[in-house]
Amino acid sequence: MLLIRCPYCQSDLPELEFRHAGEAHIARPEHIADVDDATFAHFFFYRDNPKGLTYERWRHVHGCGRFFNAVRDTVSDKFVTTYKAGEPKPDLPAAANANEVAK
Amino acid sequence: MNSQPNRLVGKGRLTPAHKVRFTFDGKSMEGLAGDTLASALIANDIHLVGRSFKYHRPRGIVTAGPEEPNALVGITRDKARHVPNVRATVQELHDGLNATSQNRWPSLAFDVGEVNDLASPFLAAGFYYKTFMWPQAAWAKVYEPFIRHAAGLGTAPTEPDPDAYASRYGHCDVLVCGAGAAGLSAALVAAEAGLSVIICDENPKAGGALRHEADVMIEGIVGWDWAKATLSRLAGLSNVRVLTRTTAFGYQAQNMVSLVERVSEHLTDPSATPVRERLWQVRARHVVMATGAIERHMVFANNDRPGIMLASAARTYLNHYGVAVGRRVGVYTANDSAWAAAFDLKAAGIDIPAIVDARADVPEALVAKAARLDIRVLVGHAVTAAGGKLRVSSMCVARADGTGETEVIPVDAIIMSAGWTPSVHLFSQSRGKLRFETETQRFLPGQHAQDASCAGACNGAADTAGALSQGIAAAEAAIAALNAKGKASTTALTTTGGTSWNGSLIGAAPGAEAGKVVKAFVDYQNDVTAKDIRLAVQEGMHSIEHVKRFTTNGMATDQGKLSNMHGLAIAAEVLGKPIPEVGLTTFRQPYTPVTFGAIVGHARGALFDPTRRTPIHDAHVKAGAVFEDVGQWKRPWYYPRAGEDMHGAVNRECVTVRKTAGLFDASTLGKIEVVGPDAAAFLDLIYTNPFMKLGVGRLRYGIMCREDGFIYDDGVVGRLAEDRFHVTTTTGGAARVLNHMEDYLQTEFPHLDVWLTSVSEQWAVIAVQGPQAAAIVGAHVDGIDMSADAFPMMSVREGRICGVPTRLFRMSFAGEDGFEVNVPADHGRAVWDALMATAEPLGACAYGTEAMHVLRAEKGFIIVGQDTDGTVTPQDAGLAWAIGKNKTDFVGIRGLKRPDLMASGRRQLVGLMSADGSTVLEEGAQLVADPNQKVPMTMIGWVTSSYWSDNAGMPIAMALLENGFARTGEKLYASAAGGAGFVEVIVRDTQFLPTQKTGADHG
Amino acid sequence: MAEPITAIRAHPLAGRVHAGSGVAITLAPEAFRINLRARADALATLSGALSVELATMPGQSVTAGNRLALCLGPDEWLVIDVKNHPLTDLAAVEVLHSAVDVSDRNTAILVSGPSAADVINAGCPRDLSLAAFPVGACARTIFGKVEVVLHRPRATVFRMEVWRSFSDYAFQLLAEAARDQA
Repeated sequence: MLLIRCPYCQSDLPELEFRHAGEAHIARPEHIADVDDATFAHFFFYRDNPKGLTYERWRHVHGCGRFFNAVRDTVSDKFVTTYKAGEPKPDLPAAANANEVAK
Repeated sequence: MNSQPNRLVGKGRLTPAHKVRFTFDGKSMEGLAGDTLASALIANDIHLVGRSFKYHRPRGIVTAGPEEPNALVGITRDKARHVPNVRATVQELHDGLNATSQNRWPSLAFDVGEVNDLASPFLAAGFYYKTFMWPQAAWAKVYEPFIRHAAGLGTAPTEPDPDAYASRYGHCDVLVCGAGAAGLSAALVAAEAGLSVIICDENPKAGGALRHEADVMIEGIVGWDWAKATLSRLAGLSNVRVLTRTTAFGYQAQNMVSLVERVSEHLTDPSATPVRERLWQVRARHVVMATGAIERHMVFANNDRPGIMLASAARTYLNHYGVAVGRRVGVYTANDSAWAAAFDLKAAGIDIPAIVDARADVPEALVAKAARLDIRVLVGHAVTAAGGKLRVSSMCVARADGTGETEVIPVDAIIMSAGWTPSVHLFSQSRGKLRFETETQRFLPGQHAQDASCAGACNGAADTAGALSQGIAAAEAAIAALNAKGKASTTALTTTGGTSWNGSLIGAAPGAEAGKVVKAFVDYQNDVTAKDIRLAVQEGMHSIEHVKRFTTNGMATDQGKLSNMHGLAIAAEVLGKPIPEVGLTTFRQPYTPVTFGAIVGHARGALFDPTRRTPIHDAHVKAGAVFEDVGQWKRPWYYPRAGEDMHGAVNRECVTVRKTAGLFDASTLGKIEVVGPDAAAFLDLIYTNPFMKLGVGRLRYGIMCREDGFIYDDGVVGRLAEDRFHVTTTTGGAARVLNHMEDYLQTEFPHLDVWLTSVSEQWAVIAVQGPQAAAIVGAHVDGIDMSADAFPMMSVREGRICGVPTRLFRMSFAGEDGFEVNVPADHGRAVWDALMATAEPLGACAYGTEAMHVLRAEKGFIIVGQDTDGTVTPQDAGLAWAIGKNKTDFVGIRGLKRPDLMASGRRQLVGLMSADGSTVLEEGAQLVADPNQKVPMTMIGWVTSSYWSDNAGMPIAMALLENGFARTGEKLYASAAGGAGFVEVIVRDTQFLPTQKTGADHG
Repeated sequence: MAEPITAIRAHPLAGRVHAGSGVAITLAPEAFRINLRARADALATLSGALSVELATMPGQSVTAGNRLALCLGPDEWLVIDVKNHPLTDLAAVEVLHSAVDVSDRNTAILVSGPSAADVINAGCPRDLSLAAFPVGACARTIFGKVEVVLHRPRATVFRMEVWRSFSDYAFQLLAEAARDQA
């Protein structure tokens, strides 16, 4: 079971309290009713599923209830960082380096 | 036979007066308290304890610990408590212990399956893969039954497990796995510094190798006594938890280690403890792995004969249990530590006919000491074969280089050592990287992947002194890493005596080299010989992972504890590659077998899954309701009266509701309170329906889609105030709908001032439906004008009922006049009773979920999840009216515009009636246009709901049908129950009862 | 008009109690509860109205008289009071917030004794050591297969708030875990 840092509770908490919620930073088009099929398809169906560092959403569903974002390495299963919903996407290499330094 | 003929007077640490009786294969025997089954069997001069898996060869006890590959027995307490494949070397003896040997028929000494041994040329590595390939037809009748019969060791119990199991999450600063010299010193230092420590060991007592190394002194006292004193000191500290009989069997991410604690396995009466085993999931900030090392056997011909065992095991049996493994014990080694075992045995009066050492050079001191003890030494020699069958009777000794004569030396036991393999299983599970130390031919922990350290023999320590200092160093590293506030007073531990654990031989010993057609076992448990490994490589298995699977070397519960390094060395030799290039196979969890009970823990019976009951549940029980499971909920299904079957009860309930009235417990509905100035705007985005203009005190039926345009949930939304809504969801959708709404609120529409609170369980809900509903409810209401003008259909009023607050919804899912009475849950039962007391004299009744389903189907109301399946749009379900035509946004608005969703001919929800007016269709039945077409037929839809309706006087059904709306009046065919042909059906609308002017609930 | 029914609330676990070695499992007195949601700028006003200083960090609680306010999320509080309904105190508050009555949604089980943390750790993955979960700490978390809110009023006492229909499961799991305390 992983320990996940909730950016709202500011503490490392057991994975059982969390639920994964798919890829992060996929914005719902502002005038969604008017977008063309390709735009909608990219918004709704297409996902990157990269090997390595991935941006994803989690919800501290059995805790503070907040959705937040995380950068996780899908190879090592290690979280690089977590941050609040709405905060900008952290620069990937910088985030990865920060983790190395922190260790 | 003498009782315990091999028990030596004055030897070992057990108390001779503490006798224990047990049985093996039905024979009653005597052992001592503190014995393992293995030590007690050897005390009784029994070495033959089982038959091997594949060849049914007689097998004995090889080790004195958890690494035992051979001595697997069944332990039976009673009919329900039978455990197969218990290692006799870890099963603690208790009064009445009942052990039986396995894999033999009719008896251990005479086993018919032994023919497999003679047939072994045909049972070589890969036999199964090569043989059971064709013909295909032979699989079901010949091969599979044969394999199933041959597969598996031991028998599983046939009755449910009567024991209880516990689970526990644990947290600590430092988890120490292993309580040998290294683990104890690490735990001691960490604890002294004030860190919270959990120390576990799979044995009943601490000490590790000190159990057999009787000559080691630590801090001036006998090592074993130091271990005992240290453990009891640790147990007395408030920041330490000591777990003995506890195996660390799995290492998960972020320093979570799984431990299984055996609580009652060693007790005569298993009910003396509340649980049999306890699973610990320990999260440690730092883990110290002090998992020791496992001695390897020598790979020589017939090295599996009973009576042949590891030197350290023989030393353990002697020094700890006071048991001699034989009276004339041969020694075969490539390592110093076996010499110490030979010296101890000799000193105890056991005849040692020879020490055969395969090495050319042996330390002078050992040779000198052997000479002093008058032991014959054959350095540079090899045991080329063992004689005997049910028990070893001799060893054939020749020069290691193959020259000269072979001498046959009679023995009744052989002890052996090819050196020590560091136990790196846990380290490997932690994803740490192993490194190969060429000079000692060992894999040792290299780079850690987690916050952990290794100490002692698992980390390459050469002796007890090294283990102690590594333990201290590991703890000091943890103290520094964790910034411990305290300071340890222990900085070093003095030690004398003991042997070096170095010196090593891996691979086949002389005499079992390539080209020799002998059975020199590498893996006892899986019956893999040196020859099998060579064959695997020759047949093209060049990856060690392939060799493992082809030969089964190191598989199953053994996990290569003894065999891994030998197998690897032999494969590397044939491949002509250095060992590190060939690499190790992955060590799997669990380290040793773990019961399913321990993994399941508390989650059995009532605790398998929560059973949810409404506040009114007991009233339904009292009324004789039959319940159905709806998710975790128990819901009243129907209320049979004397002499009524389900159909009778449901028909009566349905008719009563439409004629008079019925009460229904709808408390399980999901309920969400939506509060804030932007509440209406939020609901407008979440539902397809418009909500901005819904008046205060009004209700609206709402459809919720996902972004793809498919129906996700439905429910009724009530506006209590400008900024307050009471929303209902389906019972099953309660949690996910709230999650769905929170997701949009938090991440897509965070600018809205609105909050969501689950009130599903705040309110008990009593639906009162039918012509008499207003009379029943009105009799108890205070402060609400019940007239249809003041309180029309699809409205909500707040007031009091029976003196408690209510949110009273005037609505119906049965298409009658009706109410949903929301009252605080703690008062639900009392209000139900009061309403029933008024209802029953009027001829009304309680009705269950089945009647509710029929009543709503009679009016064509859908159930999301039954009449929809995640591919149905509101239009498909005939609910196009529920989509706000003027809205510029709602979840699903764009998805609904996708070409496929707007195409004609989609599956649409229609009504069906059986042409014969009597056959009730089967839910899930497929629809076809022509019942005589060729199979596979073209299926054009299926039945989603089907009931007998007494109110309609006919069967009614709904179906999802391709282009269904255009097919009204068409004759189709539905597959009949049990595959008995087809039922003729006619497509129609879903309004099975004439619509009355009630306003229904689609207001 | 029918006679009002009794005002006595029917406790979902009425009469349940478990006494084990080192732990007792009992029912907390009935209470009024609200779920309070608000932004930071409203806290001073709400704290004043409720007469309890609302904590701002999830996991912290404040007790004032009969009133207990648990901060469960960055904008969420569970306010519990055995005497006076907190909803009444907020009736006239104009500042932006959401207060919802959840008095009957939850029920509370008290786990007390030296083994209380061990018993809860039979199903709760949180670190309940005093260092990690000190007196006054609270958390919404998992217990076995249900969600609960834990609060630690004293070193050896935990209050477990659980939804009504999950309370039977929670109580049974606590009782079974208590039996495991040797």
